Amino acid sequence: MTTETTAEVGAEAASARPMDLLRFATAGSVDDGKSTLIGRLLYDTRSLFTDQLAAVEAVSAARGDEYTNLALLTDGLRAEREQGITIDVAYRYFATPRRKFIIADTPGHIQYTRNMVTGASTADLALILVDARKGLVEQSRRHAFLCSLLRVPHLVLCVNKMDLVDWSREVYERIADEFTAFAAKLDVPDLTVVPVSALHGDNIVSRSEKMPWYEGPSLLHHLERVHIASDRNLVDVRFPVQYVIRPQSTTVTDYRGYAGQVASGVLKPDDEVMVLPSGFTSRIAAVETADGPVPEAFPPMSVTVRLTDEIDISRGDMICRPNNAPAVAQDIEAMVCWMDETRPLQLGGRYVIKHTTRSARAIVRGLHYRLDINSLHRDESAGELRLNEIGRVRFRTMVPLLVDEYRRNRTTGGFVVIDETTNRTVGAGMIVEAG
Amino acid sequence: MTTTAAYQVSHLDALEAESIFVLREVVAEMERPVLLFSGGKDSIVMLWLAQKAFAPANIPFPVLHVDTGHNFPEVLAYRDQRVAELGLQLVVASVPEALASGLVRESADGMRNRIQTPVLLAAVEQHRFDALFGGARRDEEKARAKERVFSFRDEFGQWDPKNQRPELWSLYNGRHQPGESIRAFPLSNWTELDVWHYIARERIEAPSIYYAHEREVIERDGMLYAVNEFIRPRAGEERFKARVRYRTVGDASCTAAVRSDADTVAKVIAEVAATRITERGATRGDDRVSEAAMEDRKREGYF
Repeated sequence: MTTETTAEVGAEAASARPMDLLRFATAGSVDDGKSTLIGRLLYDTRSLFTDQLAAVEAVSAARGDEYTNLALLTDGLRAEREQGITIDVAYRYFATPRRKFIIADTPGHIQYTRNMVTGASTADLALILVDARKGLVEQSRRHAFLCSLLRVPHLVLCVNKMDLVDWSREVYERIADEFTAFAAKLDVPDLTVVPVSALHGDNIVSRSEKMPWYEGPSLLHHLERVHIASDRNLVDVRFPVQYVIRPQSTTVTDYRGYAGQVASGVLKPDDEVMVLPSGFTSRIAAVETADGPVPEAFPPMSVTVRLTDEIDISRGDMICRPNNAPAVAQDIEAMVCWMDETRPLQLGGRYVIKHTTRSARAIVRGLHYRLDINSLHRDESAGELRLNEIGRVRFRTMVPLLVDEYRRNRTTGGFVVIDETTNRTVGAGMIVEAG
Repeated sequence: MTTTAAYQVSHLDALEAESIFVLREVVAEMERPVLLFSGGKDSIVMLWLAQKAFAPANIPFPVLHVDTGHNFPEVLAYRDQRVAELGLQLVVASVPEALASGLVRESADGMRNRIQTPVLLAAVEQHRFDALFGGARRDEEKARAKERVFSFRDEFGQWDPKNQRPELWSLYNGRHQPGESIRAFPLSNWTELDVWHYIARERIEAPSIYYAHEREVIERDGMLYAVNEFIRPRAGEERFKARVRYRTVGDASCTAAVRSDADTVAKVIAEVAATRITERGATRGDDRVSEAAMEDRKREGYF
């Protein structure tokens, strides 16, 4: 179905530089000025609407708040507004001519580690806020650790409320140095520190005149230009088969395509491939989308792959290269963040692991240690993991999983743990090694 | 797909790829999915993506329309045309029939937004659907901003916002007991502007009421309502002609139009990009009831 009126727009859109997509997670609490910062980004990019603002102003006034509480913008649930707390991850959207942004706004307190881990799992970048008057606190270090655990490729530390420390370069540098030293002990590939005043808009959209000593970019400038294309793994071909397309039709016969989203690597026609767990090899006959064949597929494209040979492939199998394949493993070592308030993870516990498009029953064979996420101390005497606790766990699965280390591949290295009796998602795992 | 030498994709391609992944995931893991199709722009885009996700095979599930009986004729015609083109099975959950059979009763204000929920749930039960695709987007409303892509509903179709399953990476948990179900939202991360950019890029036809046209209207609560069989002028309300378009398409008795000269996709995009009011704020009488109107309806089983 086509309308004539769209022709011009289509042509125009094709010639313009395409916008790309950046997902980022924010962690912090109202005290750090996080909501003010998000409100400022939305407002200054014209993504905050007047009826939303009017609603927030009315509620703020009715509650007797002294200022318009921008946290009410993201605290969408009745319980959150009644209790004045953020419970859950809220997703917010804004765009500039260069990029579309998806913010996963997560509550900062320790009892919401689960939410921060969730928000960070899909993030290209994480934004951590500190109050310049208070400097780094336990919470800032915890947030940095979780970002490194989840392998968020880019980290931004916003030293906020610079107006309240008289725009002091010394204060900023002390905090920046301390954080940089801490981050060096973690797995943080890229760190940027920006001094800002979210309330007054300094260094948010444009460079602040109040801090001429700061030579770096404004926050939005950095968010618009941070190079994320290289964060994807384009080396290891991993194509988890999601669905087999076999039309039951009189016009299309003998068609068999393997649909899925490219997890990593580049797939091209005529490439030699191997299918796991069977180990059969074949060649790619075509890489297709609904709009026709494409010369190559790479993350995050959703495509359909056809092979030259008829081999038995089903959902949960993985297409890779003969000389570059994931481990086929039933013993999985992983860092696990526990997410269930009702029942802790226990030795001998039975669960279902969902990993790429494959699910397997699993049993907990070992709990090596529980990590104190504030001190990074390892407690090797721990017998269980409770809500929001993180530890190193060994699972044995009933069928093999096709895995990579999480540090090498966030898609084939991550999994969720499901409680078979309640069907709840109770944990998240990041694979350390598989054997 | 517009790609560059640097293996980059545009934001629309990234959103499309994610939505197709979600559509395929539901079909692969659930027994009896169905797609909620109203003829509104979001459900049009969702259906378009479903067509792409399973090509060259046909869309492997039926579509469901919750018919409140308060329809825009152009939208109903569009629905039937699209269903015929794609050879889809259409299930209609009819509010007028439910009123006649006594399943629901007309509410005092005459709005049917709330009473359509039991009608939807009855259709789900009758057809034993275990997964319902909805076109809801997180940017629409603050309760929806906290909605999962796979949203679990209990045997009464209810949403418990404090008991949602964590959703990490692209691993969606659709496990459920018989009678329970999943609402799946492939367009979770799209904005109103993304939807229109995509309609333009893919050259998707949308019902004519989305484009500027002349219509007889009245002004009520600061919004422009079309004068039709469902909305009659009350005392003191004057009918007049205005050039308008619809930003959302819902129940014709509570969906308002906006003044507009945007009669092409390009002009609609320009208008949406410049607007300072959300689409629901501008056009939906039903969301103005309270701060938590949407959350309350969702808890009862609404989308």
